[in-house]
Amino acid sequence: MPGLSRDEVAHVALLARLGLDEAELNRLQGQLDHILEQYAILAELDTEAIAPTAQTIELENILRDDVAAPGLSVDEALAGAPERLGDHLVVPAILDEPA
Amino acid sequence: MADALALTRLRAHEMADGLHRGDFSAAELLAAHLELAERQDRGLHAWLSFDEQGATEAATTADARLAAARREGAAALAALPRLLGLPVAVKDLILQRGRPATAGSRILEGFVSPYDAHITERLRAAGAAVMGRTNMDEFAMGSSTEWSAWGPTANPWDLARVPGGSSGGSAAAVAAFHVPLALGTDTGGSIRQPAALTGTVGLKPTYGRVSRYGIVAFASSLDQIGPFARDVRDAAALLAAIAGRDARDSTSAPQEVPDWPADLPSDDDAAAAVLRGLRLGLPRQYFVEGLEPGVEARVREAVRDLESAGAEIVEVDLPHTRYGLATYYIIGPAEASANLARYDGVRYGRSVRQGDVLGDYLATRGQGFGPEVKRRIMLGTYALSAGYYDAYYLKAQKVRTLIKADFDAAFAAVDAIVAPTSPTVAFPLGAKVDDPVAMYLNDACTLPVNVAGLPGLSVPCGLSEGLPVGLQLIGRAWDETLLFRLGRGYEAITATAPWRAIEPAALARLDDPTTPAPSLEATAP
Amino acid sequence: MATAPSSASPPAAARYEPVIGIEIHVELKTASKMFCSCARDIRDAPPNARTCPVCLALPGSLPVINRRAVELVIATGLAIGARIALVTRWERKNYFYPDLPKGYQISQYALPLAAHGRLAFETSRGEVTVRVARAHLEEDTARLQHATDATGRRVSLVDFDRAGLPLMEIVTEPDLHSAEEARRYAEELRAVLLAVGASDAAMERGEMRVEANVSLRPAGTEGLGTRVEVKNMNSFRAVERAVEHEIERQARALDAGQPLVQETRGWDDARGATYRMRLKEDSDDYRYFAEPDLPPLHTDPAWLERIAADLPELPAARRARYVTSHGLSPYDARVIVAEPAASALFETLLAGGLEPRTAATWTTGEYLRARNAAGGEERPGLDPGWLGPQLVELIRLQAAGRLTAASAKEVFAALAEDGGTTTAVVERLGLSRIADEGAIAALVERVLAEQRQALADLQAGKQQAFGFLLGRVMQASRGQADPALARQALAAAVARTGGSERGGEG
Repeated sequence: MPGLSRDEVAHVALLARLGLDEAELNRLQGQLDHILEQYAILAELDTEAIAPTAQTIELENILRDDVAAPGLSVDEALAGAPERLGDHLVVPAILDEPA
Repeated sequence: MADALALTRLRAHEMADGLHRGDFSAAELLAAHLELAERQDRGLHAWLSFDEQGATEAATTADARLAAARREGAAALAALPRLLGLPVAVKDLILQRGRPATAGSRILEGFVSPYDAHITERLRAAGAAVMGRTNMDEFAMGSSTEWSAWGPTANPWDLARVPGGSSGGSAAAVAAFHVPLALGTDTGGSIRQPAALTGTVGLKPTYGRVSRYGIVAFASSLDQIGPFARDVRDAAALLAAIAGRDARDSTSAPQEVPDWPADLPSDDDAAAAVLRGLRLGLPRQYFVEGLEPGVEARVREAVRDLESAGAEIVEVDLPHTRYGLATYYIIGPAEASANLARYDGVRYGRSVRQGDVLGDYLATRGQGFGPEVKRRIMLGTYALSAGYYDAYYLKAQKVRTLIKADFDAAFAAVDAIVAPTSPTVAFPLGAKVDDPVAMYLNDACTLPVNVAGLPGLSVPCGLSEGLPVGLQLIGRAWDETLLFRLGRGYEAITATAPWRAIEPAALARLDDPTTPAPSLEATAP
Repeated sequence: MATAPSSASPPAAARYEPVIGIEIHVELKTASKMFCSCARDIRDAPPNARTCPVCLALPGSLPVINRRAVELVIATGLAIGARIALVTRWERKNYFYPDLPKGYQISQYALPLAAHGRLAFETSRGEVTVRVARAHLEEDTARLQHATDATGRRVSLVDFDRAGLPLMEIVTEPDLHSAEEARRYAEELRAVLLAVGASDAAMERGEMRVEANVSLRPAGTEGLGTRVEVKNMNSFRAVERAVEHEIERQARALDAGQPLVQETRGWDDARGATYRMRLKEDSDDYRYFAEPDLPPLHTDPAWLERIAADLPELPAARRARYVTSHGLSPYDARVIVAEPAASALFETLLAGGLEPRTAATWTTGEYLRARNAAGGEERPGLDPGWLGPQLVELIRLQAAGRLTAASAKEVFAALAEDGGTTTAVVERLGLSRIADEGAIAALVERVLAEQRQALADLQAGKQQAFGFLLGRVMQASRGQADPALARQALAAAVARTGGSERGGEG
């Protein structure tokens, strides 16, 4: 099982939006490698014909009636907002149109 | 007024009886526990905050209801909810409207929840006095409570050792008699392992038994909420108060909730009689190297006690146990990487502003999450990322099927499975923080049960070098009833065992104001 | 419109064959959002006033599926002949963006609820059938707005009211080959959505967002060129113009040997051109995985049959009925069926016993004009269920000669504006044609009494005085008197007064 390259660790950190400094990147690379080694034993098992289990509880069709109900007030919704402008929440400018 | 300290030593069901008889009031009961906890928490650090005002209001209301019921007579008293007026502690990821909750993380510093978790609503309805929030590993990721952003919790049996995790605060608070009942969560063993390391009773219910609405999520398909107590009957009473279907959690089960406490005999002989003829599976794969000799000895003695009480011990095979760790540490982190994506500094919680959206994300999450959470998010993101999904995440989901099948096969031959809860007794603070894999091995006996979604109960079964050892009882899905009966039966047949009379050794030191708060640097023996 | 080709050879756009696929997001017309109970209709809600722990992604919140949203997608799928998945599940699409509170969108990636449908529609070159690859459910994002704050810093404002609204995404195979087809497909789909009641699908209100994936290949070849996604088209006309523009832009680039880039371009209606929005990042690794918080959906046959039974007559079938059994022109049939209210009115008029032709003219004429004038505002006067019977009465009065065509329109306008009943309006406006001889005679007497001089002139032989007097009589009746009867009554009255009525213009 090939270990993680520095670039791969940096790429995964970007995907996960985790700002890591050099020291953290180095330490993580070693630790992740060590943990990935633990994953290696799964390769011993032939699971070709085995169905994946996403949930252990066998439920289906858990649906909600389409009834509207009051939610949070504006102030409750924005109570924790780091930055607020009137009833809007503020984030730095997003240059292009949203994706 | 009854002797305050003596009140704290009662079991919850004894407290309830005393309240019904009017031996003491809920206010007195609460005061005794608050005084003890506030005095001793400097050295223990089990609590993150106390809610004296909220708890006192609940106690006052309880006393009024108790007085009214006493006037009406026995029937009215019997109809009162079992937890009325009893102090309860809740882990710091169980949301309460108007109260702070941080899940042990700096990234939720300052967050006050605008809504109650389902189980918080149930505790209020039962009239319990929620005394405060307990310390935990950040986002429930850990097995020592050393990853809490607010500092570690000590083990009441030895303040230089960990109480286990991630629900270490709840376990330590119950073990130190600060509170008779506490709630924790268990994703890979985070109730059972700390229960084992602190000599308390802890249960992870069947997946779906308790609603996860209002519980800060770690891994959606593994998380469950469960009780800590000082005996099986108390644990059953607390579970009964919070279990059951909740329409706001699509994975909460429609299964009917039995009246567990009523099913458990108070008389020891009756409780022991239940053991006769029970077939208990002993899985070979749980008695492998890495299991401390002292722990193995206590567990095998417990198995012999159960056998002599009439249970039939059957060797069972759980062949995929050794794949449990890798399976759990792929599925858990993968779900966590998505469940923690909402902590972005945009709508609430800690926000570090750099001036552009990407910069804010990186800084907020980079500085807001601790090392273990970052490690798990990285593992999960990697396991799901392009090119690795099949090799890791899909593979882990398939092995999960095999692990579940092992248990199903075993349960065709036995009524329950007995095994160690933790391979070791409580280890020193700071001993494993630099070795993630060593830390992960603490859950080797507990995480397969989460992977299979089954119920698991840990009960104390003796001491090894003065530190508690836990016996794990694993049941069929939805069969908490049998686990409680088995645990109660074991309590009954070991009621007079000398170790049951021993209180945590370090409690006296907690009364000494010069005792320092627990810290990771305290590695010197 | 299409710019005139400069070179002598056939226009660039003709030497290449456009290959177009359409992705449409439709806001489903439910009472509550997709995974929580917040109200879905946020049109007049202040910002961040329709949120809850779930759609704001607070810690500890969990999604619960809206049953009606599922049923509306199934109904739409059945309406376009799609196969409904027996079992379907949900996945998490992971990416970070300030309009996505959870940091992932819950949608259906692997197993869409409906797949392999088809939609046929008319174009100037005959009927076209497009394969609909899939229709699935997902949740909308919050709304972002640009602004500058008090210190002049450019910021984005976030409103989470729209976050979590139920969306149906409908994706076609790349079966379309012209800008007109793109527009007609979108129009036909809207008609189906309206008929099924899945959505009001008003493009200008963002209830139906059309994206076209446009690529060109040299005419007659098989491969697929570089695909460009065109977005931000807010009307059917804009869809046609944007696709037309994009085809030409790509054709010119290919002619000039410039490489085309896989990107997303926004349509600017004012400038009539597309602008680059962003390059399709390759880092879009969405790390899809099964949504652990939601159990799978199992659509048993009984459920599907119940939904199918409730399906109304679909646009194509209704148009055919209007043409074959009511003799309408295909154009009239398409105009009426495109607007459910118009179609409902037409049906009510037929039920009221009117001739299809008359019913159609009133529906496509006066009614649709009034509706467009109302600008989509739901005026009670325009409700077909109410207006239909009044219009039947009105047309009956006109046919019976009690109302002139002009006054009938006046009555209709009053009805459409502020309701009431035909008889009441006619009364109020005093418009009913006076055919009753007695009433006319009385008017004549009054006029003769008032116009002594004119009567005298007439008796003295001045003929034009008769015309003048007749005019006064018509005016007195406000144009309602039957002209022929008025003439007879005047002549008789004049004769009685001894004046002779010689050869007045007859």
